[in-house]
Amino acid sequence: MTPEELEQIAEDERAAQSQYKQRVNVCVAAGCLSCQSQSVKDALDQEVNRRGMKDHCQVKGVGCMGLCSEGPLVSTSAGVLYQKVGAADSGAIVDSLDGLPAARLVCPTDVPFFSRQKKIVLENSGIIDPERMEDYVAAEGYSALIKALTEMTPREVIDQVTKSGLRGRGGAGYPTGLKWSTVSKSVGTKKYVICNADEGDPGAFMDRSVLESDPHRVLEGMLIAAYAVGASEGYIYVRAEYPLAVKRLRIAIRQAERVGLLGTDICGTRFSFRVDVRLGAGAFVCGEETALIASVEGKRGTPRPRPPYPAMEGLFGEPTLINNVETFANIAPIIRKGGEWYAEIGTEKSKGTKVFALAGRVKNTGLVEVPMGISLREMVFEIGGGIPEGRKFKAVQTGGPSGGCLPTDCLDMPVDYESLAKAGSIMGSGGMIVMDESSCMVDVAKYFMDFCMTESCGKCIPCRVGTYQMHRILTAIGNMSATQQDLKMLEELCDLLKHTSLCGLGQSAPNPVVSTLRSFADEYRAHIEDHRCPAGVCGAQLVGETA
Amino acid sequence: MRPVPAVKTLKIDGRDLSGRQEETILDVARQHGIFIPRLCEMDGLSDVGACRLCLVEIKGQNRLLPACVTTVEEGMEVTTDSPRLQGYRKMILELLFTERNHVCSVCVSNGHCELQMLAQRLGITHVHFPYRYPKEDVDASHDRFVIDHNRCILCTRCVRVCDEIEGAHTWDVMGRGIDAKVITDLNEPWGTSESCTSCGKCVHVCPTGALFEKGRSVAEMLKRRQFLPYLTLMRKENE
Repeated sequence: MTPEELEQIAEDERAAQSQYKQRVNVCVAAGCLSCQSQSVKDALDQEVNRRGMKDHCQVKGVGCMGLCSEGPLVSTSAGVLYQKVGAADSGAIVDSLDGLPAARLVCPTDVPFFSRQKKIVLENSGIIDPERMEDYVAAEGYSALIKALTEMTPREVIDQVTKSGLRGRGGAGYPTGLKWSTVSKSVGTKKYVICNADEGDPGAFMDRSVLESDPHRVLEGMLIAAYAVGASEGYIYVRAEYPLAVKRLRIAIRQAERVGLLGTDICGTRFSFRVDVRLGAGAFVCGEETALIASVEGKRGTPRPRPPYPAMEGLFGEPTLINNVETFANIAPIIRKGGEWYAEIGTEKSKGTKVFALAGRVKNTGLVEVPMGISLREMVFEIGGGIPEGRKFKAVQTGGPSGGCLPTDCLDMPVDYESLAKAGSIMGSGGMIVMDESSCMVDVAKYFMDFCMTESCGKCIPCRVGTYQMHRILTAIGNMSATQQDLKMLEELCDLLKHTSLCGLGQSAPNPVVSTLRSFADEYRAHIEDHRCPAGVCGAQLVGETA
Repeated sequence: MRPVPAVKTLKIDGRDLSGRQEETILDVARQHGIFIPRLCEMDGLSDVGACRLCLVEIKGQNRLLPACVTTVEEGMEVTTDSPRLQGYRKMILELLFTERNHVCSVCVSNGHCELQMLAQRLGITHVHFPYRYPKEDVDASHDRFVIDHNRCILCTRCVRVCDEIEGAHTWDVMGRGIDAKVITDLNEPWGTSESCTSCGKCVHVCPTGALFEKGRSVAEMLKRRQFLPYLTLMRKENE
C-alpha cells in the first residue's frame, strides 16, 4: 500500500458516496442494538428498496451517536436526529427525507447535550460504518500514519505527542509523550505495543463504544505508536464481554492486513507491525498493566511490583508500551493537526477532550466528549439535563471503584486530573454516575467495596483480607448493627490498604469509602447511632442488595 | 574488558552499608543482621512482593517500598522500623489470623511456625478484627504429605519452589481474592497428582503448618530449609 493507493481508496469512496443524494444512518453500536436497532435498519433498507430509491438513498449502520438513553437513534442527511425509532417507523422516516421531519420522533439537537460537546475521539462515531475501512479512509483515516511514516522521524512523532500534552486516558493520567519516549529509549531485542481495552468500571463504556464505532482509529494510533517507539508487535487486550467490539476489531485488523497497512514493510518503508487480539477472561485486575501483561503471556492475571516498569521490562521481559483505547484514539488527530492544536483545548495541565459515560440519575444518559476543565455542574445539569422527577442532586461518582463521590460543593470544580484528585476522587477511565437523594452513600460505598472484594486477585494480604473486612463492616453499618468501634476499624483499614497494597486496585479500593466518610459522615452516623438510613435504602430489605 | 560490578553505598537504619547494584535492600539488610519481617520471601526463590510485611520507608519517597524487590541505590536512606511500619505490619498479620483458622495449640507447626514467631516478635497479643472461621479442606490423599488449607497464608512459596527448583509445577493458585487457594495439578487430590515427584520441597518451605509430613503430631513438624540456599549455590556454580 502506497500513499497514492490510499488516496485512491479515499477518492473512490468519496465518489461512491456522492452518488447518494440522501442518507439514513442507523446506530448499530451495542446500546442501540440492544433496543433492536438492527431490525430498524433492516426495515429502513426494505422501505428504501420498495420505493425504488436504492440508488440515491443509502441506509448505513454507524457507530454510537451518544444519547444512548433515547435509542435506537437514526440520523438523516437532512440533519435530523430521530430517537426511540421502531421498525414500524421506517416509512415515516423515509417520507421525511423529501419533506418535513417526522415530528413525533425528532430528537432536538440544539440542546446542551449536543452543543456543549467537542468531538475528537468520537469525531467519526455515528458517521462512518465501523465495518468498512473505506469509510474510515474517506474520513482522513490513516493519513496521519502515512504522514508519520513518510514525513516524520520517530523522534518528531514523540515530540508532537509530548507537545500535545496528552495524558493517559486509562485513569492515572501519566503523560503519554513521556511514556513513549521512555519506551523508545529502552533497549530490547524486540518491543511491544499493547492497547488496554479491559474496561471494567461499573457503568463505564467509553472504550467499548470507540472500538465498536471506529476500530480503525485505534489501530492507526497503535501503528503510529509502534513506529515512534520502534515496536514490531502489538496486542489488543479486550474483554470477552465485548463480543461486538471484538468482532469489529478483528474485521478492522483483517482489512488493514489485506491492504498492507499491517504487516511487513508498511507503505514501502522498513516499518513492520502486526497486531493480535487477546481476550480477557473477566478479571477486573487485568486492567492493571502488569497483571494485563501476565495475562497476555498466558499466566495468572496478577500484578507484580513496579519498578521495573513495563517500559523497561514488560511483555516477555521486553520494553512494552501500554496505552488505553482512548489514548490511542487521540493520536491520529494529534499527528494530523499537530500537537499545538491539541494543547489549545482543555486546561493548563489536562489537555484535550475526555469521553465520559454519563449514567445514573440524570435525564440524558449516554456517551459525551467534552473539553477538559468543564465544570461538574455543566456535566450534570446542562449536558445531563439535570435530575429527573424533580429530585435533588446528591453526589457524582467518578473513576469507578477506584474513584470517589463528589458532593454538591464540588459541583463548580473543573473536571481535570488535578482537581478531581484534590477532591478525593480520580479521573479514572471516564465513568460518571450521578446520584440523587434516593441513594444512600453507605450503600454506594458498600457496592463498590463488594466489587473490589470480588475483583481482588488475592495476591497481597492487605487487599485480599482488607477488602473482605471493609465489606463486612459496611454491611454491618447497612444492617444498623455496627458500632463506633467498627467505624474506627474502617478508617484504619482505609489507611492500611491505601499505603500497603501491591497494586492500584488495593491502593484505591478505599477511595469510595474515604470520600463518602468525608462528605457524608452524617449518613454513617445516622446508621450507627440512630439505626436509620436517611435515604431509606438500607435495612429495608433483608435479602438482596440495591445496586 | 572485565565487567565492573557497580557497588552502591546506602544507609539502613542509620548504618552506612554497601551493596552491589543488583542486590535488594533485604539482601543487604540480611548480610548485616538487620531484621526485616517477611513471609512470602525466601532466599533461593523468586520474589513476588506479596506479603507486604517487608515494606520499608525510603527518604524522599512518598510510598512505602517492599525491601525484597527494591534494589539498592546510591545515597538511599532506608528505615526498616518505625511506629508507622510496626502498625501496618501488625495489622497485616492480624488480617492473616482472621482469614483462616490458625489455631496454634493444635497445630503441627506450633513453636516452629514463621507466622507465630513473627506475631510474637511484633508483640501481637490479640486480634482486633473479627475472625472469619471459614470451612477449609484438608487433603491427606498423598502418601507422605498433607495440605491443611486452614493454615495456608497464600505466600506461594510451595508454588515457586515446585516450579523453579523442582521443575514440576504441581502447585498453583486457583480462585480470586478471599476465595484464592493453592491447588495441586488442576485442583485434583494431591495423591492422584501425576506431576508431583513427592520431593517434599513444598513441605519444607511452607512457613506455617499448612504443609506437613504425615505422622507428625502437635508441634512436631520441624522444617528443614537448609537445602534451598545450598541447591541454589550449587546450581550457580555449575552454570
